[in-house]
Amino acid sequence: MERRAIFGNRVLPYALVAPQLVITVLFFFWPAFQAVHQSVLLEDPFGLSSRFVWFENFEAVLGDEFYLNSLGVTALFSLSVAALSLGIALLLAVQANNVIRGSHTYRTLLIWPYAVAPAVAGVLWLFMFHPSIGLLGQGLRALGVDWNYLLDGPQALLLVILASAWKQISYNFIFFLAGLQSIPKSLIEAAAIDGASPRHRFWTVVFPLLSPTAFFLLVVNIVYAFFDTFGVIHAVTGGGPGKATEILVYKVYYDGMIALDLGGSAAQSVILMAIVIGLTVVQFRYVEKKVHY
Amino acid sequence: MVENRPIARLLAHLFLIIGVIVVAFPVYYTFVASTQDSRPIANGEVSLLPGERLIANYGVAIDVGVAKTSGQPVGRMLFNSLVVALLIAVGKIVISLLSAYAVVFFRFPLRLVFFWMIFITLMLPVEVRILPTYKVVSDLGMLDSFGGLTLPLIASATATLLFRQFFMTIPDELVEAAKIDGAGPLRFLRDMVIPLSTTNIAALFVILFIYGWNQYLWPLLVTTSGSMETVIIGIKRMIAGADARTEWGAVMATTMLAMLPPVAVVVLMQRWFVKGLVDSEK
Repeated sequence: MERRAIFGNRVLPYALVAPQLVITVLFFFWPAFQAVHQSVLLEDPFGLSSRFVWFENFEAVLGDEFYLNSLGVTALFSLSVAALSLGIALLLAVQANNVIRGSHTYRTLLIWPYAVAPAVAGVLWLFMFHPSIGLLGQGLRALGVDWNYLLDGPQALLLVILASAWKQISYNFIFFLAGLQSIPKSLIEAAAIDGASPRHRFWTVVFPLLSPTAFFLLVVNIVYAFFDTFGVIHAVTGGGPGKATEILVYKVYYDGMIALDLGGSAAQSVILMAIVIGLTVVQFRYVEKKVHY
Repeated sequence: MVENRPIARLLAHLFLIIGVIVVAFPVYYTFVASTQDSRPIANGEVSLLPGERLIANYGVAIDVGVAKTSGQPVGRMLFNSLVVALLIAVGKIVISLLSAYAVVFFRFPLRLVFFWMIFITLMLPVEVRILPTYKVVSDLGMLDSFGGLTLPLIASATATLLFRQFFMTIPDELVEAAKIDGAGPLRFLRDMVIPLSTTNIAALFVILFIYGWNQYLWPLLVTTSGSMETVIIGIKRMIAGADARTEWGAVMATTMLAMLPPVAVVVLMQRWFVKGLVDSEK
């Protein structure tokens, strides 16, 4: 779609795009190029000397058992966060769509966690599940569960999953509710006249029509779990105990900023960029074409 | 509703009420703790009813801060967060509005190149280019400044795409009419395009304000002095190495204060918030 009526001016359009372009080049392209460049160099931590090593950094990263561990943790973490928050949000959205009165009030009461920073969400759950000050942490210990996420890896992972999923419910809820409200009532009525039970109607009519929304949300949730949850991990567990909650983004940060393995961190950045590009392409290709049955 | 099923409807309400409780409980717990004395909290004796130290704890946090953050008052941190959030939100809106206007209402060499350059930044979140971006900012001498905190985050493909999409719907006739009346491009931008975009701007503002307020990784990297810290980073430093001496009352109060502004924006501007969210993901 091109518009016919335009303004003629030789200089002005460049002046208008300039601010955004300067920032884009300075803070996006140049650093991204640097990351790619750095990823094929081997440099000492003081930046005094470096040499070109082809794909050695990538080989080192991909052969590193800690990186593979981090990859596994990230996969488990992001799938759990996505499944948990999508499941709960869908359940709540279906109920909110069913009630006749109060739907708007419920929406207001359910959407505000969107505004809570991931790091703060982590801190809230930390308060509740802290083994000595947290109500639920103490409760678990009173029940005989040896609850201490500071020492137990799987428990720490569970805690960051819960905190991250909690924050994302509101986002998914808004999109599911909007998706449900846009399904024509006549379709549901037609199915009902044909004798389909409410459960049957949900799985054969409503859910298939909702699948584009669900697929879009799945991609968004995975991107969220990959990148935005850095704050949760950093504030609650710091990647530990051991390396039990070290997701990929945290490892890039840790290896680069704390352990000063510049080449390795850059190679990890490049791999992450490839993952984001892959997810974005998937999102655009399939969401545009709509996932329909 | 197709059938009248009172029991199902009752169940729906029940589910929703449980959902609301589960969603709200973590915040309620922090709120009641923020009104209590630090000692019982540290001993794990948090009462589920509000205590009487509401004003005391919040006062201490805002004016004095806690020892863990070397007594940096939370008032200062909140101010920093507010400045960062506003700069990011307003900055993103201004530069995206201008570049989208150029791309839609002009024809000039490299137009599509520029558009794709902006579009592709969607794929480069700050998390994947941590170190090199840090290096650029430090080379420019912008560590520990509001410029360093905000500039690397204000290029936004999402906002540019949104404005572009909206500008495409402005009818050609309107442009022609303005030209016949002698309005230049800047006049048209000021008197027609911006007034027409107010809803979009409000919606984007809500989303971007929250985005800016909630930044974590970037402020963590570029702030080294306590006086530039944002409140979200401050909390993290307060709870580090939690022990019996941690001033839990004030820490919990800080957590509530860190949540309040963005949550208030969402609740009070709910209509624009939902619009902004749905639009910016198209």
